[in-house]
Amino acid sequence: MTKPESEWTWKELPVGNVVLEPGNASQYRTGDWKTLKPVLNKELCIHCGLCYIFCPDMAYNLNEESYFIADLFYCKGCGICAKECPTGAITMVLEEEEK
Amino acid sequence: MEVSIAAAEAVKQANVDVISAYPITPQTHIVEHLSELVANGDLDAEFSCVESEHSALSACVGAAATGARAFTCTSSQGLALMSEITYIASGMRLPMVMIIANRTMSAPLSIWNDHSDAMSIRDCGWIQFFVENGQEVYDHVFAAYRLAEDKKVLFPVIINMDGYILSHVIEPIELIEQEKIDQFLPPYQPVHRLHPDHPVTMGAFALPSIFSETKKAQEEALRSSMPKIIDTLKAFGDMTGRHYHPVETYKSEDAETLLVTMGSYGETASVAVDKMREEGKSVGLVKIRLWRPFPFEAFKKATRHAKQLVVIDRAISTGACGPVASEVKAALYGEARRPSVYNFVAGISGRDVTPSDFIKMVDKAEMEIEEGNKEGFEIYGVRG
Repeated sequence: MTKPESEWTWKELPVGNVVLEPGNASQYRTGDWKTLKPVLNKELCIHCGLCYIFCPDMAYNLNEESYFIADLFYCKGCGICAKECPTGAITMVLEEEEK
Repeated sequence: MEVSIAAAEAVKQANVDVISAYPITPQTHIVEHLSELVANGDLDAEFSCVESEHSALSACVGAAATGARAFTCTSSQGLALMSEITYIASGMRLPMVMIIANRTMSAPLSIWNDHSDAMSIRDCGWIQFFVENGQEVYDHVFAAYRLAEDKKVLFPVIINMDGYILSHVIEPIELIEQEKIDQFLPPYQPVHRLHPDHPVTMGAFALPSIFSETKKAQEEALRSSMPKIIDTLKAFGDMTGRHYHPVETYKSEDAETLLVTMGSYGETASVAVDKMREEGKSVGLVKIRLWRPFPFEAFKKATRHAKQLVVIDRAISTGACGPVASEVKAALYGEARRPSVYNFVAGISGRDVTPSDFIKMVDKAEMEIEEGNKEGFEIYGVRG
């Protein structure tokens, strides 16, 4: 999709609502489902990557400083990363109302 | 030729690619004959023996999504089992044709005819025809495929034919030469189809933020298919000399009272109209052929001059009235001058409705309306 689905008018929809562009689920903001977001305490992080492995949405990516950081565009706030983190480096905190 | 056999022959002549159906009375003869045609090599199509009607229509959806010409048929409980998929086929704008040999919904269990099955999926978004005789069943198969596959339409089409009253009757059928049909109905050219070279997603999830837009698009497309429906029926008429219209009339122009029917009632009612005309009564007949999209304009035009309509339904919307009557009332509500609508539910579960029954209903309705009961509803011919 070339734009968010909330901007599509009924006249623009392909017949039968066929999705013509493969792989466009990556443009779908699942991040706005969450109420809690993961916050990383870098001092406790041992870079083990378990958060990256367990994340069901593949929201975690390795950044330039070798930390795994959740992409909040995709993170649904399930808290699995926080649960699995062996050092307790990830805590789930209420996401503020922000756009 | 038995009408069911004629229906199957039409499906063969329409050169379908996939037939997926599950036998149920009174539709069985259609499927049996198609199965024979495929097994004998008379029809080069995939005959999919599925385990239920739900699967039958699901297989048709899959077939149509790949660009195949698909056919199924069913009745009553079978249609109820399909109902989930009927909405999917139309929402995905997949052309296909289904014949429904109309039969009562249980309970009590009954195999006989009425329209309660068709009414159970009234809102499923298919183009829905009701036909009057065997010739029309045969004819509508070709018109239905051409219409369904038209790029300006792209909707599945239902042909309703009364179970037994039509499905099991033997009547002379005028068959059409194959060359004419091939010309009338060219191979299906889908706009989008499932193909590994051009991956697309069909039937995807829609969030509330876009669902209304999808339904608006579907609603507009179905409504605006009306000119194409008229064109297609006209093209068919030009080819065969048999002209069909969304709403048809018989001796209605000057009639004070109009019978309104749908399906095989039409022929019987026209006999009743002739008899009443002989007695000097001002009675005519309006027949609804196209049930969805409902031909509001044509219906209003056909009933404009009448004083009263006697709508004969073959199903009950339990707790309300006959479904045709409620549609008719909705169609006329905005008119400055509108006829009274008296509604009978008759002939449910195969009880015969003869010309004399139509005459009795007209007499009763005229009497009731004169006494001030202008919006009456009753089940006709009930004992006690």
